[in-house]
This record gives sequence, structure tokens and C-alpha cells, in this order.
Amino acid sequence: MIVRISGEDQYLLPDDAAEKLHAQEQAVVSIVEGGREDDFAEAYRALFDYVRASGTPIPEEELESSDVILPPPDLSFDEAAREFTGEGLIPD
Amino acid sequence: MAGLTGRMSTVVKAKVSKLLDRAEDPAETLDYSYQKQVEQLQNVKKGIADVVTAKKRLQMQESSLQQSVVKLDTQARQALSSGNEDLARTALERKNVAQTELQGLDTQVTELEEQQQKLTDSEQKLRAKIEAFRTKKEVIKAQYSAAEAQVRISEAATGVGEQMADVGLAMQRAVDKTENMKARADAVSELEAAGTFDDITALGTGEDDIDRQLKQLSSQPEVDSELAKMKSELGAGSGAPAAQIAPPSQAPDASASEEDAPAPPSEGGQG
Repeated sequence: MIVRISGEDQYLLPDDAAEKLHAQEQAVVSIVEGGREDDFAEAYRALFDYVRASGTPIPEEELESSDVILPPPDLSFDEAAREFTGEGLIPD
Repeated sequence: MAGLTGRMSTVVKAKVSKLLDRAEDPAETLDYSYQKQVEQLQNVKKGIADVVTAKKRLQMQESSLQQSVVKLDTQARQALSSGNEDLARTALERKNVAQTELQGLDTQVTELEEQQQKLTDSEQKLRAKIEAFRTKKEVIKAQYSAAEAQVRISEAATGVGEQMADVGLAMQRAVDKTENMKARADAVSELEAAGTFDDITALGTGEDDIDRQLKQLSSQPEVDSELAKMKSELGAGSGAPAAQIAPPSQAPDASASEEDAPAPPSEGGQG
């Protein structure tokens, strides 16, 4: 599967990474929904650490579309919270 | 996938298909996509220029505030050495406000620099993708039948489109941050226009509206301690001017903070 880190690169990950990624993302989601700002940075960073460690970067000249797009790694807690209330990062 | 990535993916894909859905004929897709890509690259360049402009404005304000800090500090010393403690306090209050604003500006200049770097990186990535697309479309045109070309072109265009959407996001965030900075720069401009950092010698002795407001803005303990420090420096008398220093009753703790006074150059320093 291909995962894009917004603002950075695309990575090729083994297909079974989807499950792991999903679990990590759910952890972030429940932290944001629970308003646990102190726990956010670490859990959020873990998501990217995992992608970078288990994937290989796709060269810039490849024109592939991604299966999953992660938000920018420097997303703040407030921005993440806004994502859930529907006022997304990318205005329509 | 729900949550953060699900939403990101959905929104980006919607953007990509919006970018592509106009064209049905392969040749049209090629030209339309490529034209859009080049436009987007121009947008990024403009976005970078906007960030740089905002940064320059803040930097100009920084240097103007730095001058005010130096000037107000000098004036506070002069006022104090001629025995006018009230005027010295006024100058220090203004200096305190200027310093606080300076710190805020400094943080924001750093943040804008980060945004500038991110956009520059994004621009390079997009440029690489567009270049790859340009090469690829020639190959596709030459090698494939119309139907096959359609499929391959839309794959390639989607790949670039995703990069374009991603750059669009980076730009949006940079614009939002730049807007915040503009608000701050405007606030500093208003303080300047109100005469906050003006020459206090033009002020006379009376306390005006600005000063009453400044008293609330500036941190009084800091002003107090700076005033005490300044008194002790002047009291230490190294090259003290002829003017009479404030009487000792007004400076009870003057000797307590003597370590802040400039050290005499007597001790065998550099060898």
C-alpha cells in the first residue's frame, strides 16, 4: 500500500501495514476525542515513526496515487480536533 | 479508514477528481492537467513571495522596536540622573512594552521562516512531479492507442493531482499563519501610531492616556526592578554626570543589586 505523509513524501508499505496503521490512528482519534492534549504529540508522532520505519520512500518522479493520506506531521492538537468537527484542513 | 487519515484521503481525492473531471478526451486531459499543474506551480511561488513579504514586514518592525528600546533606555538613564524618576519610570514602561512585542515578533519570524522552508520544499516536489508528467505524456502519446492512453494518462494525472492538492494544503496553512502574523504586525503598528514608543522628552511631565494604558500593558515588577538596577548603576558613580542623583531615601535597595552594574575593567582580564 502507498501512504502519503502530507507535506512530505509517499511511502510504499507492506499491505499488512494497514491494520497496524489503523490501530495507531484509532489511538490518536480517541486521544483527540477525549481532549487529552498531553498525550497527543507522542501518539501522533508514533504514526509517522511507524510509516517511515516500515516503508520505503517513493521517488519524486513516480506518479502514483496514495491509498492513505496522513495529515501533516506538525498538525497541532487544535487542528486535529477541528478535523473531527468537520471543519477540515483543506477548505472546499 | 475512518478518522484523521480517512478524512484527509477523502478530501484530497475529491480535490484531485475535481482537478481532472473536466476532460474526457485523452489529449484534452493531457493539456488541461499540464496547464493546471503549471498554474499551481505559479501559485506556490506567489505563496512563497507572500510569506517572505510578511516576514520582511515583521523584521522591519523588529529593527524599529530595537531602536526604540535603546532610545528609551538611554532616556530613562538621562531622566534618572537628572532626578526625574517619574519620567524614568515612564520610559522604562515603554521599553518594557517594546521588549514584550519584540519577543512576540521574534517567535513569529521564526515560524514564518519554517513556513517558507516548507513551501519551498513543496514547490520542488511538485516541480519534479510535473517534469515527470511532461516526459510521461509524450511517451504515452507516442506508444498507446487512444483507449489505453486514457487509462495511463489519468493514472499519471492523478499522481500529480495528489501532489497538487498536497501543496494546496501547505499553502493554505501558510496563508493562515501569515494572516495571524499580519494581525500581530497591525497591533504593533497601532502601538507605534499611538506614540507608544515615541520620544518621552517630548512628553513633558504630565501622564497622558498612553501612559495609563502602558501601565497596564507593561509588567510592573519588571519595571520596578529595572528602575532599581538603573539607580544602583548610576549610584555606583562610574563616570556619573554632574547632575544630582536621587536622594538615598528613594533608593533603599540601591546597593543590593550592584552585581548588575558594569564591572570595572581593573581585574587582569584578557591575556
